[in-house]
This record gives sequence, structure tokens and C-alpha cells, in this order.
Amino acid sequence: MKKPNDIILHAVTKVAVPIILAFSFHLFFSGHHNPGGGFIGGLAIASALTLLFLAFDIETVRANIGVDFKVVAAIGVLLAVLTGVGSFFFDAPFLSHTFDYFNLPIFGKTELATAVLFDIGVALAVIGTSVTTILSISEDR
Amino acid sequence: MNVSLPIEAIAVILIFIGTVFAFLSAIGLIRLPDVYTRSHAASKSATLGVLCVLFGTLLYFWITEGVFSVRLLLGIFFVFLTAPVAAHVICRAAYRSNVELAEESVQDDLKKVMQEK
Repeated sequence: MKKPNDIILHAVTKVAVPIILAFSFHLFFSGHHNPGGGFIGGLAIASALTLLFLAFDIETVRANIGVDFKVVAAIGVLLAVLTGVGSFFFDAPFLSHTFDYFNLPIFGKTELATAVLFDIGVALAVIGTSVTTILSISEDR
Repeated sequence: MNVSLPIEAIAVILIFIGTVFAFLSAIGLIRLPDVYTRSHAASKSATLGVLCVLFGTLLYFWITEGVFSVRLLLGIFFVFLTAPVAAHVICRAAYRSNVELAEESVQDDLKKVMQEK
């Protein structure tokens, strides 16, 4: 038997992963007014990483993405809790969020809400948890 | 069905063609003898069917609602990119785990290549 080479799978993965990542960022940022949000955006990023793990080696991807995903999950939960704690500084109940309109250079009038910070926490927790689960199942240790 | 504009009819026809292609690929999955011919039916015509349905939907919402959905365009590109590769990977996995070809097959060029080191 000849040794298989995965050149088609590799080439298509290199094109597909940026599209999945772009779509997951779109899902993440559209979560306030459209379907989407932190959970599904995080899952889409985790699925892009899973495609990388499937097409290439786990060691290869690990060497290129030097992130410990257990730490990512911990940072996500910490960020979500800290946005709740932050409302104490403004004499508001726990987890009360606010928003305001700003004039940004490129985007023009933009609504910036502190709920996005909470959503980033959710997304990081989802990415960390799912990738850690996949990696720990797939390794024989 | 209420077709007001002539260009709306194009969207309707595209979606109809897409469903017909999906139906034909389902028939191909039932009727064809082995995994390779079945994946031929499933990948090509199902991909074209999905592309036609998505393009018809894109056209319909563009005309009637004035919304150009980039997500649908991206979906068309993505299905066009990944569905043949999925069929390729499935067929390769089948060939490497020694799934027999159909009895009617007359030529197996890959066998010679696989046997030489």
C-alpha cells in the first residue's frame, strides 16, 4: 500500500478555515440584533480548529497555535464574572449592563455595549471547553 | 404561487431545478450499484441542486426584499468548495479499506498504482 498524501484535504482546509473563522466572527458580532452570539460564535471557531486538527496533525497545530485551551476557558469564565463585578463600581446591581453611542473613525455612529465583554467571556469559555474536550479524547495518554 | 415580476420567475425556476436535481441524486443513491457510483450521484447532482436552491433564494430576497445576503453567497461558495472534497475523502477511505467495485466495472487504474511501492 502506498502511503497516502492528503494534498487535496490540506489545500481545501487552508481555504475553508478562514471562511469559517470569518463567519464565526460575523456570528459573534451580529449576536445583539440578529441570530448569533457568543455561544454559537465560539462553537464555530472551535469547529474551525477541529477541522485543522482533522486535516493536519494535532502536534502541528499545537506548535503553530501556542495556546493552552484550559487557560482560555478559565479566562472566559473570569471575564464573564468580572463584567458582572464591574457593575458594582457604578452602584448598580450585579450583571447590570449599559450601552452608549460613539463616533468611531471607520464605522461611524456605533453602539458599544458592555454586554459584548460578557459575550467574549462566553465565547472564550465555549472555545476552551470544546477544544479541551476534543483534544483530551483524541490523545492516547 | 404569486409571481409578480418576470425575474421572480427565474428564482422560482432555479429553486425548482434545484429540487429536481436533489431528487435525482436521491434516486441515484438508491439505484446505483456500489459506493463509488453512489458517491458520484450524491456529490455532483446534490451539490448542483443545493447551489441552484441557494442561488434562487439569493435572487428572490434580492428582488423582493432588496436584501443581498452575503451569507447565502458565502454558503454557495462553501458548498461548492467542500462537497466534492467530502465525496473524494469518503471514496478514498472506501478504496483504502478494500471496498469492492461493482461487477460491471471493467477498469481499475488505481490498483496498479497502489500495489507498487
